[in-house]
Amino acid sequence: MAAVSVQGLSKTFGKKQALCDISLDVAPGEMVALIGASGSGKSTLIRHIAGLERGTGAPCCIDVFGKRLQEAGKLTREAREIRREVGVIFQQFNLVNRLPVLTNVLIGHLGRIPAWRGTLGFFSREEKQAAMASLARVSIDETARQRSSTLSGGQQQRAAIARALVQGARLLLADEPIASLDPASAKRVMETLAEINRQDGITVVVSLHQVEYARRYCPRTVALRDGVIAYDGPSTALTPAFLRELYGEASEELILPEDEPAVAPAPPPRSRSVPEPAFATA
Amino acid sequence: MTMETTARPVAPPALPPRDWSRTAFNLLVWGGLVAGLTWAWAPAEMFRVVNLFTDAGNMAEYASGFLDPNFRDLDYYFDEIILTVQIAIWGTLLAVIAAVPFGILSANNMAPWWIYQPVRRLMDAFRAINELVFAVLFVVAVGLGPFAGVMALFVHTTGVLAKLFSEAVEAIDPRPVEGIRATGATKLQEVVFGVIPQVLPLWISFSLYRFESNVRSATVLGLVGAGGIGQVLFESIRGFYYAETAAILIVVVVTVTVVDLISQQLRKLVI
Repeated sequence: MAAVSVQGLSKTFGKKQALCDISLDVAPGEMVALIGASGSGKSTLIRHIAGLERGTGAPCCIDVFGKRLQEAGKLTREAREIRREVGVIFQQFNLVNRLPVLTNVLIGHLGRIPAWRGTLGFFSREEKQAAMASLARVSIDETARQRSSTLSGGQQQRAAIARALVQGARLLLADEPIASLDPASAKRVMETLAEINRQDGITVVVSLHQVEYARRYCPRTVALRDGVIAYDGPSTALTPAFLRELYGEASEELILPEDEPAVAPAPPPRSRSVPEPAFATA
Repeated sequence: MTMETTARPVAPPALPPRDWSRTAFNLLVWGGLVAGLTWAWAPAEMFRVVNLFTDAGNMAEYASGFLDPNFRDLDYYFDEIILTVQIAIWGTLLAVIAAVPFGILSANNMAPWWIYQPVRRLMDAFRAINELVFAVLFVVAVGLGPFAGVMALFVHTTGVLAKLFSEAVEAIDPRPVEGIRATGATKLQEVVFGVIPQVLPLWISFSLYRFESNVRSATVLGLVGAGGIGQVLFESIRGFYYAETAAILIVVVVTVTVVDLISQQLRKLVI
Protein backbone atom coordinates (compact mmCIF):
# COMPACT_ATOMS: atom_id res chain seq x y z
CA MET A 1 0.00 0.00 0.00
CA ALA A 2 1.42 3.33 -1.06
CA ALA A 3 1.62 6.19 1.40
CA VAL A 4 0.53 8.56 -1.32
CA SER A 5 -0.97 7.63 -4.63
CA VAL A 6 -1.88 10.38 -7.07
CA GLN A 7 -3.53 9.45 -10.32
CA GLY A 8 -4.23 11.72 -13.26
CA LEU A 9 -4.34 14.90 -11.19
CA SER A 10 -4.93 18.14 -13.09
CA LYS A 11 -5.61 21.60 -11.73
CA THR A 12 -6.45 24.84 -13.45
CA PHE A 13 -6.66 28.23 -11.77
CA GLY A 14 -8.83 30.29 -14.08
CA LYS A 15 -7.15 29.73 -17.45
CA LYS A 16 -3.77 28.80 -16.08
CA GLN A 17 -2.95 25.11 -16.02
CA ALA A 18 -1.09 24.56 -12.74
CA LEU A 19 -0.92 20.77 -12.80
CA CYS A 20 -1.36 18.54 -15.81
CA ASP A 21 -2.11 14.83 -15.50
CA ILE A 22 0.19 14.12 -12.55
CA SER A 23 0.56 10.51 -11.44
CA LEU A 24 2.83 9.75 -8.52
CA ASP A 25 3.33 7.00 -5.94
CA VAL A 26 5.25 7.38 -2.71
CA ALA A 27 6.02 4.27 -0.66
CA PRO A 28 5.78 4.32 3.15
CA GLY A 29 9.02 5.46 4.78
CA GLU A 30 10.34 7.30 1.75
CA MET A 31 11.76 10.81 1.85
CA VAL A 32 10.96 12.46 -1.43
CA ALA A 33 11.91 15.92 -2.64
CA LEU A 34 9.74 17.87 -5.01
CA ILE A 35 11.75 20.41 -6.92
CA GLY A 36 10.96 22.91 -9.60
CA ALA A 37 11.20 26.58 -10.42
CA SER A 38 8.65 29.09 -9.09
CA GLY A 39 5.25 28.39 -10.55
CA SER A 40 6.09 24.84 -11.56
CA GLY A 41 3.27 23.47 -9.41
CA LYS A 42 5.08 21.90 -6.47
CA SER A 43 3.16 23.79 -3.80
CA THR A 44 -0.09 23.11 -5.61
CA LEU A 45 0.66 19.38 -5.69
CA ILE A 46 1.44 19.33 -1.95
CA ARG A 47 -1.74 21.25 -1.15
CA HIS A 48 -3.75 18.69 -3.09
CA ILE A 49 -2.22 15.78 -1.19
CA ALA A 50 -3.00 17.62 2.07
CA GLY A 51 -6.62 17.98 0.99
CA LEU A 52 -6.44 21.79 1.01
CA GLU A 53 -7.15 22.06 -2.74
CA ARG A 54 -9.38 20.04 -5.00
CA GLY A 55 -8.36 18.84 -8.43
CA THR A 56 -10.03 19.92 -11.65
CA GLY A 57 -11.72 17.45 -13.94
CA ALA A 58 -13.09 13.97 -13.70
CA PRO A 59 -10.38 11.32 -13.81
CA CYS A 60 -8.15 12.49 -10.98
CA CYS A 61 -7.99 10.86 -7.59
CA ILE A 62 -5.65 10.90 -4.61
CA ASP A 63 -5.28 8.10 -2.05
CA VAL A 64 -3.40 8.44 1.21
CA PHE A 65 -2.51 5.18 2.98
CA GLY A 66 -5.07 3.36 0.87
CA LYS A 67 -7.93 5.71 1.75
CA ARG A 68 -9.51 7.90 -0.90
CA LEU A 69 -8.90 11.58 -0.09
CA GLN A 70 -10.36 13.21 -3.16
CA GLU A 71 -11.88 12.05 -6.37
CA ALA A 72 -13.05 13.97 -9.42
CA GLY A 73 -12.67 17.38 -7.79
CA LYS A 74 -14.47 16.50 -4.54
CA LEU A 75 -13.09 15.75 -1.09
CA THR A 76 -14.46 12.48 0.28
CA ARG A 77 -16.15 12.04 3.64
CA GLU A 78 -12.95 10.56 4.96
CA ALA A 79 -10.96 13.73 4.22
CA ARG A 80 -10.93 14.97 7.82
CA GLU A 81 -9.99 11.52 9.06
CA ILE A 82 -7.13 11.37 6.55
CA ARG A 83 -5.87 14.86 7.52
CA ARG A 84 -5.15 13.48 11.00
CA GLU A 85 -2.64 11.08 9.43
CA VAL A 86 -1.01 13.87 7.47
CA GLY A 87 1.09 16.58 9.06
CA VAL A 88 1.60 19.68 6.95
CA ILE A 89 4.42 22.18 7.30
CA PHE A 90 4.14 25.46 5.46
CA GLN A 91 6.57 28.02 4.12
CA GLN A 92 5.11 30.69 6.41
CA PHE A 93 4.83 28.23 9.36
CA ASN A 94 1.08 28.91 9.75
CA LEU A 95 1.19 29.08 13.52
CA VAL A 96 -1.32 31.20 15.41
CA ASN A 97 0.91 34.12 16.38
CA ARG A 98 -0.93 35.28 19.46
CA LEU A 99 -1.15 31.85 21.06
CA PRO A 100 1.67 30.38 23.14
CA VAL A 101 3.94 27.88 21.42
CA LEU A 102 2.60 25.10 23.65
CA THR A 103 -1.00 25.77 22.60
CA ASN A 104 0.04 25.82 18.95
CA VAL A 105 1.58 22.38 19.43
CA LEU A 106 -1.45 21.12 21.39
CA ILE A 107 -3.58 21.99 18.36
CA GLY A 108 -1.98 18.92 16.79
CA HIS A 109 -4.14 16.78 19.11
CA LEU A 110 -7.43 18.25 17.86
CA GLY A 111 -8.09 15.61 15.21
CA ARG A 112 -7.71 12.76 17.70
CA ILE A 113 -9.49 13.84 20.88
CA PRO A 114 -13.26 14.25 21.36
CA ALA A 115 -14.44 17.33 19.48
CA TRP A 116 -16.09 19.03 22.49
CA ARG A 117 -12.93 18.72 24.57
CA GLY A 118 -10.74 20.08 21.81
CA THR A 119 -13.13 22.94 21.09
CA LEU A 120 -13.14 24.03 24.73
CA GLY A 121 -9.36 23.68 24.90
CA PHE A 122 -9.30 21.06 27.66
CA PHE A 123 -6.10 19.12 27.08
CA SER A 124 -5.13 16.33 29.45
CA ARG A 125 -1.87 16.12 31.33
CA GLU A 126 -0.61 13.36 29.04
CA GLU A 127 -1.42 15.44 25.98
CA LYS A 128 0.47 18.40 27.39
CA GLN A 129 3.40 16.15 28.22
CA ALA A 130 3.38 14.76 24.69
CA ALA A 131 3.45 18.32 23.36
CA MET A 132 6.39 19.21 25.62
CA ALA A 133 8.19 16.03 24.54
CA SER A 134 7.88 16.92 20.88
CA LEU A 135 9.02 20.48 21.57
CA ALA A 136 12.02 19.00 23.36
CA ARG A 137 12.67 16.79 20.37
CA VAL A 138 13.02 19.84 18.10
CA SER A 139 14.92 21.50 21.00
CA ILE A 140 12.71 24.54 21.58
CA ASP A 141 10.97 23.33 24.77
CA GLU A 142 12.23 26.39 26.66
CA THR A 143 9.96 28.61 24.50
CA ALA A 144 6.74 26.73 25.37
CA ARG A 145 5.14 29.63 27.26
CA GLN A 146 6.10 32.36 24.78
CA ARG A 147 3.79 33.68 22.13
CA SER A 148 4.82 32.07 18.88
CA SER A 149 5.22 35.48 17.24
CA THR A 150 8.23 36.11 19.50
CA LEU A 151 10.15 33.17 17.99
CA SER A 152 12.63 33.39 15.13
CA GLY A 153 11.67 31.93 11.76
CA GLY A 154 13.66 28.76 12.29
CA GLN A 155 12.17 28.24 15.76
CA GLN A 156 8.66 28.81 14.42
CA GLN A 157 9.21 26.20 11.73
CA ARG A 158 10.42 23.76 14.36
CA ALA A 159 7.32 24.50 16.44
CA ALA A 160 5.27 23.66 13.35
CA ILE A 161 7.18 20.37 13.05
CA ALA A 162 6.45 19.69 16.73
CA ARG A 163 2.75 20.22 15.99
CA ALA A 164 2.94 17.63 13.21
CA LEU A 165 4.76 15.22 15.56
CA VAL A 166 2.07 15.59 18.23
CA GLN A 167 -0.47 14.87 15.57
CA GLY A 168 1.06 11.41 15.22
CA ALA A 169 1.13 11.86 11.47
CA ARG A 170 2.36 8.98 9.34
CA LEU A 171 2.94 11.28 6.40
CA LEU A 172 4.61 14.67 6.62
CA LEU A 173 4.10 17.14 3.79
CA ALA A 174 6.40 20.12 3.83
CA ASP A 175 5.64 22.94 1.44
CA GLU A 176 8.86 24.94 0.95
CA PRO A 177 9.66 24.62 4.66
CA ILE A 178 13.00 26.37 4.36
CA ALA A 179 12.29 29.02 1.74
CA SER A 180 11.86 31.80 4.34
CA LEU A 181 14.78 30.75 6.53
CA ASP A 182 18.43 31.67 6.74
CA PRO A 183 20.90 28.95 5.71
CA ALA A 184 21.71 27.80 9.25
CA SER A 185 18.03 27.49 10.23
CA ALA A 186 17.27 25.86 6.91
CA LYS A 187 19.86 23.19 7.52
CA ARG A 188 18.55 22.61 11.04
CA VAL A 189 14.98 22.16 9.79
CA MET A 190 16.02 19.80 7.00
CA GLU A 191 18.04 17.73 9.48
CA THR A 192 15.04 17.53 11.80
CA LEU A 193 12.85 16.33 8.92
CA ALA A 194 15.43 13.74 7.86
CA GLU A 195 15.78 12.50 11.44
CA ILE A 196 12.01 12.11 11.82
CA ASN A 197 11.96 10.16 8.59
CA ARG A 198 14.81 7.92 9.66
CA GLN A 199 13.88 7.31 13.30
CA ASP A 200 10.09 7.21 13.18
CA GLY A 201 9.68 5.87 9.68
CA ILE A 202 7.38 8.78 8.81
CA THR A 203 7.02 9.31 5.09
CA VAL A 204 8.18 12.79 4.13
CA VAL A 205 7.38 14.70 0.97
CA VAL A 206 9.17 18.03 0.90
CA SER A 207 9.06 20.67 -1.80
CA LEU A 208 12.29 22.56 -2.20
CA HIS A 209 13.46 25.41 -4.27
CA GLN A 210 17.11 24.44 -4.31
CA VAL A 211 18.29 21.14 -5.56
CA GLU A 212 21.27 20.92 -3.18
CA TYR A 213 19.00 20.20 -0.24
CA ALA A 214 17.21 17.54 -2.25
CA ARG A 215 20.47 15.85 -3.16
CA ARG A 216 21.70 15.98 0.38
CA TYR A 217 18.64 14.84 2.34
CA CYS A 218 16.30 13.00 -0.02
CA PRO A 219 17.17 9.78 -1.84
CA ARG A 220 14.45 10.37 -4.41
CA THR A 221 13.51 13.55 -6.25
CA VAL A 222 10.50 14.39 -8.35
CA ALA A 223 11.12 17.39 -10.58
CA LEU A 224 8.20 19.41 -11.88
CA ARG A 225 8.20 21.71 -14.88
CA ASP A 226 5.11 23.69 -15.87
CA GLY A 227 2.82 21.34 -13.98
CA VAL A 228 4.24 18.16 -15.48
CA ILE A 229 6.59 15.62 -13.88
CA ALA A 230 9.83 16.12 -15.78
CA TYR A 231 11.96 13.72 -13.78
CA ASP A 232 11.36 11.09 -11.13
CA GLY A 233 14.31 9.11 -9.83
CA PRO A 234 17.37 9.11 -7.63
CA SER A 235 18.51 12.54 -6.50
CA THR A 236 22.09 11.64 -7.40
CA ALA A 237 21.27 11.99 -11.08
CA LEU A 238 20.44 15.65 -10.68
CA THR A 239 23.73 17.15 -11.79
CA PRO A 240 23.80 20.80 -12.77
CA ALA A 241 24.26 19.69 -16.38
CA PHE A 242 21.15 17.52 -16.22
CA LEU A 243 19.16 20.33 -14.58
CA ARG A 244 20.23 22.72 -17.31
CA GLU A 245 19.01 20.21 -19.85
CA LEU A 246 15.73 19.89 -17.93
CA TYR A 247 15.01 23.54 -17.18
CA GLY A 248 17.20 25.52 -19.57
CA GLU A 249 17.65 29.11 -18.36
CA ALA A 250 15.33 28.53 -15.38
CA SER A 251 17.80 26.02 -13.92
CA GLU A 252 19.86 28.88 -12.53
CA GLU A 253 17.38 29.59 -9.76
CA LEU A 254 17.58 25.97 -8.61
CA ILE A 255 21.35 25.84 -8.24
CA LEU A 256 23.46 27.85 -5.92
CA PRO A 257 26.56 29.06 -7.79
CA GLU A 258 29.13 27.48 -5.47
CA ASP A 259 27.69 24.03 -5.84
CA GLU A 260 29.46 22.87 -8.99
CA PRO A 261 30.54 20.17 -9.32
CA ALA A 262 27.83 18.13 -7.69
CA VAL A 263 28.37 16.87 -4.18
CA ALA A 264 28.29 13.12 -3.77
CA PRO A 265 24.90 12.01 -2.43
CA ALA A 266 25.39 11.62 1.28
CA PRO A 267 22.99 10.20 3.82
CA PRO A 268 21.95 12.85 6.37
CA PRO A 269 24.94 13.50 8.61
CA ARG A 270 24.80 11.78 11.98
CA SER A 271 27.17 14.05 13.76
CA ARG A 272 28.16 17.66 13.48
CA SER A 273 31.78 16.77 12.81
CA VAL A 274 30.98 15.88 9.21
CA PRO A 275 32.37 18.69 7.06
CA GLU A 276 29.62 20.82 5.58
CA PRO A 277 29.33 21.39 1.85
CA ALA A 278 29.88 24.93 0.74
CA PHE A 279 26.23 25.73 0.08
CA ALA A 280 25.36 25.82 3.75
CA THR A 281 27.24 29.06 4.13
CA ALA A 282 26.11 30.62 0.86
CA MET B 1 34.33 62.27 -15.62
CA THR B 2 32.61 62.61 -12.28
CA MET B 3 33.84 66.21 -12.02
CA GLU B 4 32.26 66.99 -15.30
CA THR B 5 28.89 65.50 -14.42
CA THR B 6 28.69 67.31 -11.10
CA ALA B 7 29.70 70.59 -12.64
CA ARG B 8 27.11 70.61 -15.39
CA PRO B 9 23.57 70.44 -14.06
CA VAL B 10 21.57 67.84 -15.89
CA ALA B 11 18.07 68.86 -17.03
CA PRO B 12 15.49 67.17 -14.79
CA PRO B 13 13.27 64.61 -16.53
CA ALA B 14 10.12 66.09 -18.07
CA LEU B 15 7.03 66.23 -15.89
CA PRO B 16 4.49 63.51 -16.59
CA PRO B 17 1.67 64.82 -18.83
CA ARG B 18 -1.44 66.02 -17.12
CA ASP B 19 -3.95 63.22 -16.54
CA TRP B 20 -7.20 64.75 -17.85
CA SER B 21 -9.41 61.86 -16.77
CA ARG B 22 -8.14 62.32 -13.22
CA THR B 23 -8.91 66.06 -13.38
CA ALA B 24 -12.40 65.40 -14.70
CA PHE B 25 -12.96 62.88 -11.94
CA ASN B 26 -11.90 65.37 -9.28
CA LEU B 27 -14.22 68.02 -10.71
CA LEU B 28 -17.06 65.51 -10.68
CA VAL B 29 -16.46 64.62 -7.03
CA TRP B 30 -16.32 68.26 -5.90
CA GLY B 31 -19.29 69.20 -8.09
CA GLY B 32 -21.31 66.34 -6.62
CA LEU B 33 -20.43 67.41 -3.10
CA VAL B 34 -21.51 71.02 -3.73
CA ALA B 35 -24.73 69.88 -5.43
CA GLY B 36 -25.57 67.62 -2.49
CA LEU B 37 -25.05 70.39 0.05
CA THR B 38 -27.18 72.84 -1.96
CA TRP B 39 -29.92 70.27 -2.32
CA ALA B 40 -30.12 69.80 1.45
CA TRP B 41 -29.81 73.51 2.39
CA ALA B 42 -33.41 74.74 2.21
CA PRO B 43 -35.20 71.61 3.49
CA ALA B 44 -32.94 71.59 6.53
CA GLU B 45 -33.83 75.28 7.10
CA MET B 46 -30.17 76.18 7.09
CA PHE B 47 -31.15 79.74 6.12
CA ARG B 48 -32.22 80.20 9.73
CA VAL B 49 -28.58 80.15 10.77
CA VAL B 50 -28.85 83.97 11.08
CA ASN B 51 -31.32 83.51 13.92
CA LEU B 52 -28.42 82.35 16.06
CA PHE B 53 -27.21 85.96 15.95
CA THR B 54 -30.46 87.95 15.68
CA ASP B 55 -32.01 86.00 18.55
CA ALA B 56 -28.81 85.98 20.59
CA GLY B 57 -30.65 87.70 23.41
CA ASN B 58 -33.10 84.80 23.81
CA MET B 59 -30.21 82.37 23.72
CA ALA B 60 -28.38 84.26 26.43
CA GLU B 61 -31.46 84.36 28.60
CA TYR B 62 -32.04 80.64 28.13
CA ALA B 63 -28.41 79.84 28.81
CA SER B 64 -28.33 82.01 31.92
CA GLY B 65 -30.91 79.68 33.46
CA PHE B 66 -28.25 76.95 33.41
CA LEU B 67 -25.59 79.03 35.10
CA ASP B 68 -26.78 78.20 38.58
CA PRO B 69 -27.12 74.41 38.76
CA ASN B 70 -29.20 73.07 41.61
CA PHE B 71 -27.60 70.01 43.22
CA ARG B 72 -30.21 69.60 45.96
CA ASP B 73 -31.32 66.21 44.61
CA LEU B 74 -27.83 65.01 43.79
CA ASP B 75 -28.34 61.68 45.61
CA TYR B 76 -31.33 60.98 43.44
CA TYR B 77 -29.46 61.91 40.23
CA PHE B 78 -26.59 59.78 41.38
CA ASP B 79 -28.83 56.71 41.85
CA GLU B 80 -30.36 57.27 38.41
CA ILE B 81 -27.05 57.68 36.60
CA ILE B 82 -25.73 54.50 38.26
CA LEU B 83 -28.85 52.73 37.01
CA THR B 84 -28.14 54.14 33.54
CA VAL B 85 -24.62 52.68 33.58
CA GLN B 86 -26.04 49.36 34.82
CA ILE B 87 -28.47 49.29 31.88
CA ALA B 88 -25.55 49.93 29.51
CA ILE B 89 -23.46 47.15 31.11
CA TRP B 90 -26.10 44.48 30.57
CA GLY B 91 -27.20 45.73 27.18
CA THR B 92 -23.60 45.67 25.95
CA LEU B 93 -22.74 42.30 27.49
CA LEU B 94 -25.73 40.55 25.91
CA ALA B 95 -24.93 42.20 22.59
CA VAL B 96 -21.28 41.07 22.69
CA ILE B 97 -22.37 37.49 23.36
CA ALA B 98 -24.86 37.54 20.48
CA ALA B 99 -22.51 39.37 18.11
CA VAL B 100 -19.86 36.61 18.26
CA PRO B 101 -21.88 33.99 16.33
CA PHE B 102 -23.65 36.60 14.19
CA GLY B 103 -20.34 38.30 13.38
CA ILE B 104 -18.70 35.05 12.31
CA LEU B 105 -21.72 33.99 10.27
CA SER B 106 -21.79 37.31 8.42
CA ALA B 107 -18.09 37.15 7.43
CA ASN B 108 -17.65 36.13 3.81
CA ASN B 109 -14.56 34.04 4.53
CA MET B 110 -16.33 31.93 7.17
CA ALA B 111 -19.76 31.18 5.72
CA PRO B 112 -21.23 30.59 2.25
CA TRP B 113 -23.19 33.49 0.71
CA TRP B 114 -26.55 31.91 1.41
CA ILE B 115 -25.77 32.18 5.12
CA TYR B 116 -23.87 35.46 5.36
CA GLN B 117 -26.25 37.47 3.15
CA PRO B 118 -29.41 36.77 5.24
CA VAL B 119 -27.49 37.20 8.50
CA ARG B 120 -26.06 40.52 7.30
CA ARG B 121 -29.52 41.78 6.30
CA LEU B 122 -30.88 40.83 9.72
CA MET B 123 -28.00 42.73 11.36
CA ASP B 124 -28.74 45.71 9.07
CA ALA B 125 -32.28 45.71 10.38
CA PHE B 126 -31.07 45.60 14.01
CA ARG B 127 -28.75 48.50 13.31
CA ALA B 128 -31.11 50.59 11.21
CA ILE B 129 -33.63 51.00 14.02
CA ASN B 130 -32.57 53.44 16.71
CA GLU B 131 -32.27 52.37 20.34
CA LEU B 132 -35.01 54.79 21.27
CA VAL B 133 -37.45 53.16 18.86
CA PHE B 134 -36.57 49.71 20.17
CA ALA B 135 -37.07 51.07 23.69
CA VAL B 136 -40.62 52.14 22.83
CA LEU B 137 -41.32 48.68 21.40
CA PHE B 138 -39.88 46.90 24.44
CA VAL B 139 -41.74 49.15 26.86
CA VAL B 140 -44.89 47.87 25.19
CA ALA B 141 -43.65 44.27 25.27
CA VAL B 142 -42.06 43.95 28.73
CA GLY B 143 -43.45 47.01 30.52
CA LEU B 144 -41.94 50.27 31.77
CA GLY B 145 -38.55 50.12 33.43
CA PRO B 146 -34.84 49.47 32.97
CA PHE B 147 -35.26 45.98 31.46
CA ALA B 148 -36.88 47.51 28.36
CA GLY B 149 -33.79 49.74 28.09
CA VAL B 150 -31.44 46.76 28.39
CA MET B 151 -33.28 44.93 25.61
CA ALA B 152 -33.28 48.01 23.36
CA LEU B 153 -29.52 48.47 23.72
CA PHE B 154 -28.99 44.72 23.31
CA VAL B 155 -30.74 44.47 19.94
CA HIS B 156 -29.30 47.63 18.41
CA THR B 157 -25.75 46.98 19.65
CA THR B 158 -25.87 43.38 18.39
CA GLY B 159 -26.39 44.77 14.90
CA VAL B 160 -23.50 47.22 15.22
CA LEU B 161 -21.03 44.81 16.84
CA ALA B 162 -21.84 41.94 14.46
CA LYS B 163 -20.85 44.19 11.55
CA LEU B 164 -17.64 45.36 13.22
CA PHE B 165 -16.78 41.81 14.36
CA SER B 166 -17.32 40.37 10.88
CA GLU B 167 -15.09 43.02 9.31
CA ALA B 168 -12.31 42.02 11.71
CA VAL B 169 -12.84 38.35 10.81
CA GLU B 170 -12.68 39.13 7.10
CA ALA B 171 -9.28 40.77 7.59
CA ILE B 172 -7.58 37.79 9.31
CA ASP B 173 -4.55 35.97 8.01
CA PRO B 174 -5.94 32.73 6.51
CA ARG B 175 -2.71 30.76 6.84
CA PRO B 176 -2.90 29.85 10.55
CA VAL B 177 -6.46 28.67 9.97
CA GLU B 178 -5.21 26.43 7.18
CA GLY B 179 -2.51 25.11 9.48
CA ILE B 180 -5.18 24.09 11.98
CA ARG B 181 -7.40 22.59 9.28
CA ALA B 182 -4.45 20.45 8.19
CA THR B 183 -4.35 18.76 11.63
CA GLY B 184 -7.84 17.33 11.06
CA ALA B 185 -9.62 19.85 13.30
CA THR B 186 -13.34 20.54 12.93
CA LYS B 187 -14.68 23.75 11.43
CA LEU B 188 -15.63 25.07 14.88
CA GLN B 189 -12.13 24.31 16.17
CA GLU B 190 -10.65 26.25 13.25
CA VAL B 191 -12.68 29.25 14.44
CA VAL B 192 -11.83 28.80 18.12
CA PHE B 193 -8.08 28.34 17.67
CA GLY B 194 -7.40 30.06 14.36
CA VAL B 195 -9.81 32.98 14.08
CA ILE B 196 -10.69 34.13 17.62
CA PRO B 197 -7.09 34.61 18.83
CA GLN B 198 -6.42 36.80 15.79
CA VAL B 199 -9.47 39.05 16.20
CA LEU B 200 -9.75 39.13 19.99
CA PRO B 201 -7.89 42.43 20.60
CA LEU B 202 -10.02 44.22 18.01
CA TRP B 203 -13.21 42.65 19.30
CA ILE B 204 -12.46 43.76 22.85
CA SER B 205 -11.67 47.25 21.64
CA PHE B 206 -14.92 47.47 19.66
CA SER B 207 -16.93 46.15 22.62
CA LEU B 208 -15.48 48.69 25.02
CA TYR B 209 -16.13 51.48 22.55
CA ARG B 210 -19.75 50.35 22.20
CA PHE B 211 -20.03 50.29 25.99
CA GLU B 212 -19.04 53.96 26.06
CA SER B 213 -21.58 54.74 23.35
CA ASN B 214 -24.25 52.78 25.17
CA VAL B 215 -23.75 54.78 28.36
CA ARG B 216 -24.42 57.89 26.26
CA SER B 217 -27.43 56.30 24.57
CA ALA B 218 -28.82 55.03 27.86
CA THR B 219 -29.02 58.58 29.21
CA VAL B 220 -31.91 59.27 26.82
CA LEU B 221 -33.71 55.91 27.06
CA GLY B 222 -35.61 57.22 30.08
CA LEU B 223 -37.46 59.62 27.75
CA VAL B 224 -39.73 56.75 26.73
CA GLY B 225 -39.93 55.19 30.16
CA ALA B 226 -37.13 52.69 29.75
CA GLY B 227 -35.39 53.63 32.99
CA GLY B 228 -32.34 55.64 33.98
CA ILE B 229 -31.50 59.33 34.23
CA GLY B 230 -33.29 60.21 30.99
CA GLN B 231 -36.64 60.18 32.68
CA VAL B 232 -35.55 62.73 35.30
CA LEU B 233 -33.81 64.83 32.67
CA PHE B 234 -36.84 64.95 30.42
CA GLU B 235 -39.17 65.87 33.26
CA SER B 236 -37.02 68.79 34.38
CA ILE B 237 -36.63 70.12 30.82
CA ARG B 238 -40.39 69.87 30.27
CA GLY B 239 -41.02 71.73 33.55
CA PHE B 240 -38.50 74.53 32.73
CA TYR B 241 -36.44 73.62 35.83
CA TYR B 242 -33.24 75.01 34.33
CA ALA B 243 -31.20 74.75 37.49
CA GLU B 244 -32.07 71.06 37.97
CA THR B 245 -31.52 70.34 34.25
CA ALA B 246 -28.08 71.92 34.46
CA ALA B 247 -27.19 69.76 37.45
CA ILE B 248 -28.33 66.59 35.67
CA LEU B 249 -26.39 67.48 32.53
CA ILE B 250 -23.25 68.00 34.60
CA VAL B 251 -23.73 64.60 36.24
CA VAL B 252 -24.15 63.01 32.77
CA VAL B 253 -21.05 64.69 31.34
CA VAL B 254 -18.91 63.70 34.33
CA THR B 255 -20.14 60.09 34.18
CA VAL B 256 -19.58 59.74 30.44
CA THR B 257 -16.10 61.20 30.82
CA VAL B 258 -15.23 58.81 33.63
CA VAL B 259 -16.52 55.82 31.66
CA ASP B 260 -14.50 56.95 28.62
CA LEU B 261 -11.34 57.24 30.65
CA ILE B 262 -11.79 53.83 32.25
CA SER B 263 -12.52 52.07 28.99
CA GLN B 264 -9.58 53.76 27.28
CA GLN B 265 -7.30 52.36 29.97
CA LEU B 266 -8.85 48.91 29.54
CA ARG B 267 -8.36 49.07 25.77
CA LYS B 268 -4.71 49.95 26.23
CA LEU B 269 -4.35 46.84 28.37
CA VAL B 270 -5.60 44.45 25.70
CA ILE B 271 -3.86 45.88 22.66
